[in-house]
Amino acid sequence: MADTKKRSEGSSPGMAFERPIQELEDKLSELEAISLRTNMDLASEVEALRRRLSETIETTYAGLSAWQRVCVARHDKRPTALDFIEKMLDEFVELHGDKVFGDDKAIVTGLARCGERRFLLVAHRKGRTTKERMAYNFGCAHPEGYRKALRKMRLAEKLGLPIVCLVNTPGAYPGIGAEERGQAAAIAENILQMFSIRVPIVVVVIGEGGSGGALGIGVGDRVYMMEHAYYSVISPEGCAAILWKDGEKTPDAAEALKLTAPDLLDLGIVDGVVPEPAGGAHRAPLVAMAQVRRQVLEALDELESIPPNRLIEERRVKFRRIGEIPGRFPVVS
Amino acid sequence: MPDFALNPESPERKRASSASSEREIVPPARAADAAQVEPEAAAEDPSERRGRRLWKKKDMPGGLWLKCESCGQMIYRKELEEKGRVCPACDFHFTLPGRERVRMVLDEASFQERFAELTALDRLHFNDSVPYADKIQRSVQKVGQNEALICGTGTVEGRPVVLAVLDFSFMGGSMGEVVGEKIALACDLARKEGRPLVVFTSSGGARMHEGMLSLMQMAKTSAALASLNEAGGLSICVLTNPTTGGVTASFASVCDITLAEPGALIGFAGPRVIASTIKQELPPGFQRAEFLLEKGQIDRIVRRRDLRATLAALIDFGVGSRGAARG
Ligand SMILES: [Zn+2]
Repeated sequence: MADTKKRSEGSSPGMAFERPIQELEDKLSELEAISLRTNMDLASEVEALRRRLSETIETTYAGLSAWQRVCVARHDKRPTALDFIEKMLDEFVELHGDKVFGDDKAIVTGLARCGERRFLLVAHRKGRTTKERMAYNFGCAHPEGYRKALRKMRLAEKLGLPIVCLVNTPGAYPGIGAEERGQAAAIAENILQMFSIRVPIVVVVIGEGGSGGALGIGVGDRVYMMEHAYYSVISPEGCAAILWKDGEKTPDAAEALKLTAPDLLDLGIVDGVVPEPAGGAHRAPLVAMAQVRRQVLEALDELESIPPNRLIEERRVKFRRIGEIPGRFPVVS
Repeated sequence: MPDFALNPESPERKRASSASSEREIVPPARAADAAQVEPEAAAEDPSERRGRRLWKKKDMPGGLWLKCESCGQMIYRKELEEKGRVCPACDFHFTLPGRERVRMVLDEASFQERFAELTALDRLHFNDSVPYADKIQRSVQKVGQNEALICGTGTVEGRPVVLAVLDFSFMGGSMGEVVGEKIALACDLARKEGRPLVVFTSSGGARMHEGMLSLMQMAKTSAALASLNEAGGLSICVLTNPTTGGVTASFASVCDITLAEPGALIGFAGPRVIASTIKQELPPGFQRAEFLLEKGQIDRIVRRRDLRATLAALIDFGVGSRGAARG
């Protein structure tokens, strides 16, 4: 267990806006410790502080900028796929490898069960410690990761199991090996094939939705985002560097890109926003994960009865119509 | 260094290159870099940057001569144009403006343009230094068309096709809502009329000024292509210099047959992005058409002057495809 002092320093970058919250949290735990140590009755002080804390959290999080949300989405205490597997699933049998080149650890795939519901889980895997993060390449997948995902999705289709994809990646890995083995083609193939897979697909962006690397496992009948996740065509840093030619403009780029969950709900790109506990998922991971679990199971229930042909047709129409303005595009059927 | 730094290797020497296929190990510091570079959108505004570099900066005074971006040879502009914009010294195939491509590929006067009226909307009210709406206007005026994709029907040596051409001179051939929609409509048209779909790409990727609406075009185009596939329609994509990002990572890579022009830069991430991520020099010929052929990523490299004949031959092999269609 990391010591709480260290955590309250805010090890995650860009979280300086949480300082007032952290100060109150520190004070609160101090007060509680004193009360415990000295047997003094500090209940009313503790209660007052708690109220102030929750008010501060609420006002801070109500006014988050797009860039601050990106930092929350990247928070190193934010629940990752590994936490979901450990805490949200009742059973998980990991299935490795693309059976061609290797086993990309940036994407984890396996047979999963939540209560009575069985499904295939496909998720970017980021890791929680530095060692894990390096082992999983920070959730930046190679072509074999996308091919592994597709192979397992075909298995799910055969077994009649629905598919749940948890998206959390800064982007697909840009490297020599990735290009040699067809990074673009692997992502393209997944996107194309996901429009023909005859079982329900539910996608949740749980942290970072990094461009094509996210979309490579991101086509579904329902696409949700956690409240403080982001989903973007380019990282705010990359956008600022290219368009503003100034890294300092990253917050402006984040704002302009309309990458937050509420913005994307407005644009019709996602079907719903999964609420996070006050102060973000990193503050109460279990509560946050339970919300995701509830949303996923609800969506799977809804989709269960739709016949495969209609499912695929509606999936295609859904993506054809994203951002549609009636009468804007000619209709060719 | 221009974004697409073109290497001075001849196509023959390029072929000799072979990069290590080891997986890169990324220390934390580099992962931050990886997180910062989104290849799909590496497109930015290449019309303003690369395009100008390519055609203006390298010009000699008077604009009669220009320097080949591949071999460095000075070429008389008129000679280059007469040779279909192929370098007489090294055979590098220069990016062809969209209209010129249409003229080159289709039989004379057979082209009937479709969906030309579709114009980009600035739905995010995107504004860096210049409002996106103004950038669109400027491109429309400069290029003389509404968007980066030219699409329509025509014939190739008498064979009817649906043709879609990405025009690099319009905002770097980047894919926004209209480009995505037109590709999807081209797929629909090909399916409805039973014509093969022929796509030419040159693009920096997704158009980041349209945010997630542009990323979603990768899905939209794929949805339309999936329906075309199901109907048994033949699709052929010709990758030309340069094709990167979200275009490569969607419809351009998953047509039935993937061709490329000699020397074309083709990739997911741009070379500069990769070099800065892995902090290594890239092997010579990396991401060129010859490299992709060597790695098994494309079906065939076709020289510009052989394109029509090759397309015609492939189309003839594809006539039966509808008969075998599922459903
Ligand atoms: Zn040359």
